[in-house]
Amino acid sequence: MSGTFTGNQGLRIEEPLIFELDSPGQSAVDLPEPPAVENRLGAAERTEPIGLPGLTEPEVVRHYLRISQKNYAIDAGLYPLGSCTMKHNPRLNEKMARHAGLADLHPLQPQSTVQGALELMDFCAEWLTTLTGMPGIALSPAAGAHGELCGLMTIRAALEDRGDARERVLVPESAHGTNPASAHMCGYKVESIPADDRGRVDVAAMIDRLDDKVAAIMITNPNTCGLFENYIVRIADAVHDAGGFVYCDGANFNAIVGRVRPGDLGIDSMHLNLHKTFSTPHGGGGPGSGPVVLSEALAPFAPVPYVVRDGDGFRLVEHIGDSDNKPYGRMKGFHGQFGVFVRALSYMLSMGSDGLRQASSDAVLNANYLKSRLEDLLSVSFDGPCMHEVLFDDRFLKDTDVTTLDFAKAMIDEGFHPMTMYFPLVVHGALLMEPTETESKAALDQYADMVRSLAERAKAGEAEMFKEAPKLTPRRRLDETSAARNPVLRWADRSEGS
Amino acid sequence: MAEVKFTDQHEWLLIDGDVAKVGITDYAQEQLGDVVFVELPQPGTEFNQGDEAAVVESVKAAAEVYAPVTGEIVEANNGLEDDPAVINSDAQGEGWFFTIKMSDAGELETLMDEAGYKDFIAGLD
Amino acid sequence: MRYLPLTDADRQAMLAEIGVAAIEDLYKDVPADALLDAPVDLPSHKGEWEVERIIGDLAAKNLGASSVPSFIGAGNYRHHIPASADHLIQRSEFLTSYTPYQPEVSQGTLQALFEFQTQVSLITGMEVANASLYDGATACAEAAMMACRVTKRSKMILSGGLHPHYIDVTATNAKYLDLNVVNAGVDPNRDEPAHLAGLVDEETACVIIQNPDLFGRVRDLSALADACHEAGALLVVIVNEIVSLGALKSPGEMGADIVAAEGQSLGNGLSFGGPHLGLLATKEKFLRQMPGRLAGETTDVDGKRGWVLTLSTREQHIRREKATSNICTNSGLCALAFSIHLALLGETGFTKLARLNNANAVLLADKLDAISGVEVINDTFFNEFTVRLSKPAEPVIETLAANRILGGVPLSRFYPKNDAVTDLCLVTATELTREEDMDALSSALSEALA
Repeated sequence: MSGTFTGNQGLRIEEPLIFELDSPGQSAVDLPEPPAVENRLGAAERTEPIGLPGLTEPEVVRHYLRISQKNYAIDAGLYPLGSCTMKHNPRLNEKMARHAGLADLHPLQPQSTVQGALELMDFCAEWLTTLTGMPGIALSPAAGAHGELCGLMTIRAALEDRGDARERVLVPESAHGTNPASAHMCGYKVESIPADDRGRVDVAAMIDRLDDKVAAIMITNPNTCGLFENYIVRIADAVHDAGGFVYCDGANFNAIVGRVRPGDLGIDSMHLNLHKTFSTPHGGGGPGSGPVVLSEALAPFAPVPYVVRDGDGFRLVEHIGDSDNKPYGRMKGFHGQFGVFVRALSYMLSMGSDGLRQASSDAVLNANYLKSRLEDLLSVSFDGPCMHEVLFDDRFLKDTDVTTLDFAKAMIDEGFHPMTMYFPLVVHGALLMEPTETESKAALDQYADMVRSLAERAKAGEAEMFKEAPKLTPRRRLDETSAARNPVLRWADRSEGS
Repeated sequence: MAEVKFTDQHEWLLIDGDVAKVGITDYAQEQLGDVVFVELPQPGTEFNQGDEAAVVESVKAAAEVYAPVTGEIVEANNGLEDDPAVINSDAQGEGWFFTIKMSDAGELETLMDEAGYKDFIAGLD
Repeated sequence: MRYLPLTDADRQAMLAEIGVAAIEDLYKDVPADALLDAPVDLPSHKGEWEVERIIGDLAAKNLGASSVPSFIGAGNYRHHIPASADHLIQRSEFLTSYTPYQPEVSQGTLQALFEFQTQVSLITGMEVANASLYDGATACAEAAMMACRVTKRSKMILSGGLHPHYIDVTATNAKYLDLNVVNAGVDPNRDEPAHLAGLVDEETACVIIQNPDLFGRVRDLSALADACHEAGALLVVIVNEIVSLGALKSPGEMGADIVAAEGQSLGNGLSFGGPHLGLLATKEKFLRQMPGRLAGETTDVDGKRGWVLTLSTREQHIRREKATSNICTNSGLCALAFSIHLALLGETGFTKLARLNNANAVLLADKLDAISGVEVINDTFFNEFTVRLSKPAEPVIETLAANRILGGVPLSRFYPKNDAVTDLCLVTATELTREEDMDALSSALSEALA
């Protein structure tokens, strides 16, 4: 298909797996000979080879350079994945995270030798609690879903502390799958609450389900349809009156940071995604960080470890019983995603309170601008202004034979990563677009013009073009069915004689 | 003379005496997409009507298959484990999931016949 | 503001296009009394050098482990990371890309994950590995719950030789579920595998044991694996120091059913304990109960080899409350760093690195054992061992720190109320430990114990 001898296409170079580049005996790391001493490995000493490939440094660098070129990235272009907040990842963050005296700290050094690190954690906590208007925080969860579990566990711990664990958690139909999964991991049954025709939680239905067995509601605000749950205070009051707690999924905090404080809405615990709102890099799928801000009622139950002020300095509380609090346990090894805290703090200091407030309004402005540029051709799912992301559904593709998936694949050939598809589940064939505030008006216009042209082509009957897309990528559509029917999850030597 | 019934969970039953052969309907397999995996019940297991008896997975979805009637599993179609694609190509024939010995044939009254099921799916999305 | 491309002119034009007068009109769904009319009370924006100064000042208050003799391990290890590894992970395409949901534009990430999964399978001796979890402790918890699902039993037996954080995280995860967590209790003196084998019964889902263990002891776990399998239970092996697999029998070889490990040692620096890298590997027959992402090989419409995320129906975005776990993010960039570092080392480099670690630890152990008041209690170890001091260990370590030596981890840091471990300290040597570092520790210890 490519027409070249190598299969390469100009700057786009085919690259095998490292196992296929093996030069037995080679290494890219020069190591001194180990001193000749008797090992102390006993009966557990390795006797069999492992089977790792050998390469030298030029080969390794070339390998990863070549495969990296097959990835789209924020640095390459607009990345409109809804609810992921693909904003620019500042390189200052990277420089700060690698600073001597931060990058090379061992978590178990005597606390007297890491006072600056503990102060940094406390500083980061102060920014997050002030921005959210919440008095308490658990910094340790490793990612958003981990934070959800933590937030729910503080709720359960608080309920058990008053002798009333309860049984159920209410979760909106539109919620991200991590929400019910987290509730289940906390030992709660999950009850789904439908959305109303405005794309929000059906408040009447929710209130109807409230009783003294409901431990909590998990609400995403702004929600996964990109809309602000305007009855949030009424919902929170109702849940509190029934003796339950309000967990808020803060994945969409980018719409309201610096403009609205969850603490003012009646929220009891909320996770933040530092790798979304606070610009730490997505890294191809992590690492993230999911600290959880907590209300007065829940703060005492935050898991260990946490930082407290201790006279002039700081102390890390690592054991249950080391303070008057009632931590429910521990979420991960060591102290949390410190390297991510440094990056987030670097961002928050850079942006400042004024910059964060401008960021959220630009994020909302950008999403609404896209909505206004596209709403005549695409089918907006819900009326009224959206927040930082805009939700469309596939009604505009009716009778075109083009699906949401096909539409997304055509965007790829146009040089854009597609928006989130088929989520949330409350509309058919969802297309959820979140531009973020780090896109210029020119970038938005180019994106909108491109989407318009595709919509027009779909309506003009060019279904075949969409079905064949993408055509211009290093790999075209991949067979996900056979990948699942016959999983091949590791390389195996299939050469002759092996 | 074999009787055919349908449930509102998109299962079909082919009844022969007190044993029903159960599978998912053609409509269901189309909604699911390419089936990649099935988890079948063990022969001898007892289920009440409505209990989760099997799981069918496609690339993008997973669905429970419920026991349409109360009874005991007689046989499971183990060939599906090696070739789940049969569920897509012949959902209402070779793509059967299990046979179940019914303990209460009266439950069949609550299920739809073929015409009823056709109306049911026409009324959906 | 350097990260915000919109100008005021842009904003005005966009508001006009949308058809509203001001940005506040777009926030009309927010309850009026909750909409702030001024920035929150925090400092305003700063330029780069101001930020660098603030963060630099915080860094200056710490004693970096790379600037002084350092012997701290206990689950987080100081190794040399080759320059090209840190350079490559900072490529935009790796750093600023997302989860590979659209495989056509994510083949870089997917190929790297496939290679990572292969590397993890090879070093652990297991059939299949996932694309990483948050860290070793949460991987341990996930392995425990996976074993319960596979065996349909609810009792998990945790060795007292597990890293205490791993015990706590596993217990916390199981806390509100109907699971029975049995903590066998910390005991540096007993034959742990034999002891655990005696606890296994028909209700046991799994036995979880760490190798090398908390005290640094290394063992052949084959007999324990047999005991587990006879009772229908699974053996979960935890590896804290992944470099040890270069010199030790793989857990797979010894009969492990699930391996949960911490990968931080390769590619990822200390970073005050995070972000790190959880590894999970198992047998193919347990694949569908394994949590986390999986990259699988396939072909595209042109018949070319490529990779996709696969078996997603185990995961939360499809199964919701019936998912194997709630995990969504993995530890992508950390996994890439691990993979690049291991690719740079290769077979000969990785095994030699492991031997070098062990040899340095042997030299250090012999040196310390010769000091009056210091006794190495291990018969076996990889790069970390336990010393018994003639005085409580914690104050000794504090004294050493005041003299700019990070001497090790007193066990009382983990078990402050356990008198049996007050005089015990974990000491680690790696390839970076020089003879002069060992001498410095030696003299400082002698002095502190005199």
